[in-house]
Amino acid sequence: MFSYCTEPSQLESLRWFSCFLTNGVHLKFYTSFGTVLLLLAITAPVALSFGFIGAVASRSHFPPLSFLGKLYTAMVRGIPDIAFFLFFVIALDQGLEWLRHQALCPDWTDPIRQGANFLVCPEAKLPQSSSPQIWHEIYNSAIAIFTFSIVFGAFASNVLFGAMKAVPYAQIETAHAYGMSNRQTFWRILVPQMWVYALPGLSNLWMILIKATPLLFLLGVEDIVYWAREIGGSKTSAYTYPHPDWRIYYFLGLLVFYLVFTRVSEIALSRLTRKLSHGQATLAGEQQRREA
Amino acid sequence: MTCWETIQAYGLRSFGIGERLLPKSDITLCEQTTLIGSGMIWNIYFGVLSLAAGFFFATALAMAKNARNPWLRKPAEWFIFLFRGSPLFIQFFLAYETFVLLPKFGIEFSVLGIDFTATTRWLTRAWLGALIVLFLNTSAYSAEIFHGALRSVPRGDLEAADAYGLSGWHKFRRVTWPTMMRLAWPAYTNEAIFLFHATTLVYFSGFPAWKQMGDALYYASYFADKTFNPFVPYPIVAGYFIVLTLIVITVFGMINRRLNRHLPQQRRQRFRFRPQWIR
Repeated sequence: MFSYCTEPSQLESLRWFSCFLTNGVHLKFYTSFGTVLLLLAITAPVALSFGFIGAVASRSHFPPLSFLGKLYTAMVRGIPDIAFFLFFVIALDQGLEWLRHQALCPDWTDPIRQGANFLVCPEAKLPQSSSPQIWHEIYNSAIAIFTFSIVFGAFASNVLFGAMKAVPYAQIETAHAYGMSNRQTFWRILVPQMWVYALPGLSNLWMILIKATPLLFLLGVEDIVYWAREIGGSKTSAYTYPHPDWRIYYFLGLLVFYLVFTRVSEIALSRLTRKLSHGQATLAGEQQRREA
Repeated sequence: MTCWETIQAYGLRSFGIGERLLPKSDITLCEQTTLIGSGMIWNIYFGVLSLAAGFFFATALAMAKNARNPWLRKPAEWFIFLFRGSPLFIQFFLAYETFVLLPKFGIEFSVLGIDFTATTRWLTRAWLGALIVLFLNTSAYSAEIFHGALRSVPRGDLEAADAYGLSGWHKFRRVTWPTMMRLAWPAYTNEAIFLFHATTLVYFSGFPAWKQMGDALYYASYFADKTFNPFVPYPIVAGYFIVLTLIVITVFGMINRRLNRHLPQQRRQRFRFRPQWIR
């Protein structure tokens, strides 16, 4: 990074640190913060839409659909989310490869599961072993995001289902009295009004989602936890920057990052809640009206 | 090996009793169920002990957070913020790295002229180190629940206590605390459920599984790695956890009924699933 960094063993401590903290792996470490934020930015809306679909399905009048929706909503209640993460990462991978196998190699006769092996034809492998490294990383991240979205979608489905039930029934009845169809009532009356009821739950969900991002490490994404462990571990003099085990300091850094992140989110969400409660027929909205 | 022999060999494997080697090839359904069930003992151990100890610490923290004296209030607020604002995963890593750095031979200190030697050796083992982290973590989450409940204890109840001449400890023990528990209980049930779920994180977060003695999810991922088939071990874990969750809900529901026994039916608070207490 700096011109004096060519011979780090000769430097005094301040310059040594300025070189150490800007070397190649550290830059990767810093960009991994961006990766985490990016994954979070993709996961949140996807999970929310999964949750919406789940909530709508549970409200359906068609019994099998509502059963599926309720099953999806209930699945996170009894089972640890980490079990889902570990399961889906392998299951999705195998499922995709199996589908491609069925489509691409119809005359393959060997069984796919042979003892402890999962064998599909070479064309069905995902990603292809010849494809560049970046595709492997993107594939891993995509699987991780999808897994996260399924699990947090189930939480969001819980929240949204509750919020849809919380909208006063008189509103729905009035809409019907005006001659609106079920579909119109849903999109024009129910959905716009449910957000204020859903917001406390969704804010909590956002906090949970932030605090779940270190688990991306378990799903094989090279995130901040991965790099903190990599860089922090003790390095012998064979490395350019030898140092003892500094992982504790890296994890302290991560702790501070998460504390700041959750605190900032908390403040932002409480502002948003105030804004959305404005003019609503809820306790908070009523209080704002009296104060004004 | 018949299934009964498997249970004898692996039923207590997670505590190091029985067969030393884990099954490596030709893994049967019985072996998976037994070994994962054996791992559940650790999940129950972590959950029950940290909940039991955390309950009392959380009550103290909630009282401290509600105190007027800033020397009590500020530390409690910071403690709760620290443990609720950061991921449990990071807390485990950080605690493990800290425990590893402690001197191996132990710390010598003297209190009132008597010399103590605190052994730090066990802190790097999951059974103690992870238990401490889980205890502190659940204390912070429960303290937040209890604090919220404490703030919503009806003023009339407290005034009635004053009118009866209760004060200090008696007022707390007879009026404030039971009402606080009653109000907090549905949320506390959620906290208990998610604490049991959080125990599965222990062996994935720095704490090594010594001699392959791990929890349910540790064995499940072991089997998933060995057989490359996630569709058997993970549903087994799921089944065990659903049963555990149902037991937790039943036990906590019984306590809830006892806490609410003086109230008319329609004013009783029921358990509702609220995911905000997840870590």
